[in-house]
Amino acid sequence: MKDVELKMLERAKALLQSGEVARVIGWKKGEFCYDPAPASFESVEEMENGFVYNWFCGANLSKYLIQMAKKEGKTAVFLKPCDTYSFNQLVKEHRINRENVYVIAVECLAKLDVEKMKAKGVSFITDVEVVDKDVKVTTAYGVETLYKPDVVLSKCAVCTKTHQVKDEEIILHERPEREVNRFEEVEKLEAMTEDERFAFWREQLSKCIRCNACRNVCPACSCVKCVFDNPASGIAAKANDDKFEEQLFHIIRAFHVSGRCTDCGECSRVCPQNIPLHLLNRKFIKDIDTLYGEYQAGEESEGKTPLTTYTEGDTEPNDVFNGEAK
Amino acid sequence: MQEVTEKKEFTPTIVAFCCNWCSYAGADLAGSSRLTYPANVKIIRVPCSCRVNPMFVLKAFQQGADGVILCGCHPGDCHYVTGNYYTRRRMALLYSFLNYMGIEKERTRLEWVSAAEGARFSAVMNDFVKQVAELGENKRLTDLRVKEGE
Repeated sequence: MKDVELKMLERAKALLQSGEVARVIGWKKGEFCYDPAPASFESVEEMENGFVYNWFCGANLSKYLIQMAKKEGKTAVFLKPCDTYSFNQLVKEHRINRENVYVIAVECLAKLDVEKMKAKGVSFITDVEVVDKDVKVTTAYGVETLYKPDVVLSKCAVCTKTHQVKDEEIILHERPEREVNRFEEVEKLEAMTEDERFAFWREQLSKCIRCNACRNVCPACSCVKCVFDNPASGIAAKANDDKFEEQLFHIIRAFHVSGRCTDCGECSRVCPQNIPLHLLNRKFIKDIDTLYGEYQAGEESEGKTPLTTYTEGDTEPNDVFNGEAK
Repeated sequence: MQEVTEKKEFTPTIVAFCCNWCSYAGADLAGSSRLTYPANVKIIRVPCSCRVNPMFVLKAFQQGADGVILCGCHPGDCHYVTGNYYTRRRMALLYSFLNYMGIEKERTRLEWVSAAEGARFSAVMNDFVKQVAELGENKRLTDLRVKEGE
């Protein structure tokens, strides 16, 4: 990943120097190697001091473009395959002016989840190197090797996405093709009884502290005025007063992005309580796929979403439960 | 303390969202034709079934509904031409999703009732009330604060 980082740095510096772009959106070094944060760089010095691209750069940068692309001059942005879907979706919704953005597609090869690594008993991480499926972690106590599929972000574990939009690309290593079923967990839940499902979600949602991180990070949740900030909604409180508010918040949040959710998995990544929020969104994606035909939000930057169109022979809501829906 | 042995028969509270042009007129016809439907069906008139936001359904449950039914014009007959087609997609996803969260699927329903179908309106309501009554009280999507105030 170091070679990719150098290439990216070199390219970004050239773009800034030539004046082709006014700023570059990328990741900034954190205190440790595992906490890089999204940042905007406006000069070569800033880039040299702070820019980083490593195995922990899982953050999706496309949402920052809503604000950044409104500024004077062009904005360059590094987008991983999954981020390009969110970008396209935002262009489609007229939240980003495509002409103001210079997209540099970067390779991903799956990002690591530091929480999963810590859960495996690896702490005080100082450096990480990935060779094929081995993650060599240098810690304050020595070197440990982890099996990569065990410690990747849950969104990366089922990712088969490819770059949908690019002005140029920086890809030094090809990602091997693979076949995965991203609906496996949803199917598992569907196979449960109503009581079991209720108990599962009750347990998960009761952990919610209403930090709103899932809403704030979501590239599809880009309303200027959110329904949850409206005092009249009855659930604008900072904390959930009742279990109903937990349910309401998560049902409405998932529903508002249905048909527009690109399954980028940011909601689950940022959840401090580790609620598997992507399973809510994925249920909508799965239902849309089975009822209205396969649809992947963000593949196109124009056209209609499944909920803004219809056909005369759509499945009746009462029939959704009958057999295998349709 | 004396043990309470008396058992009250459960009568569910049903919220019915009816569109102004078909289903509400259908309910009217049921009334003027002297066809009965249970008194515990609370009708809320909406301009079009498409007006019903998923939040309305959830709020109805919060405020103590045991079942929510949505009625609109038959597909193709919408007063606003296409409103109920969008309702159909939206509610198909919402109902399926609520069931995924563990809410009983019998608590939600969508029916198309035209202005001329007074008999059908009464039959649908009777059937839905029976269905929800068999299911019992809504305990999964309720607000404790609302319950306490009762």
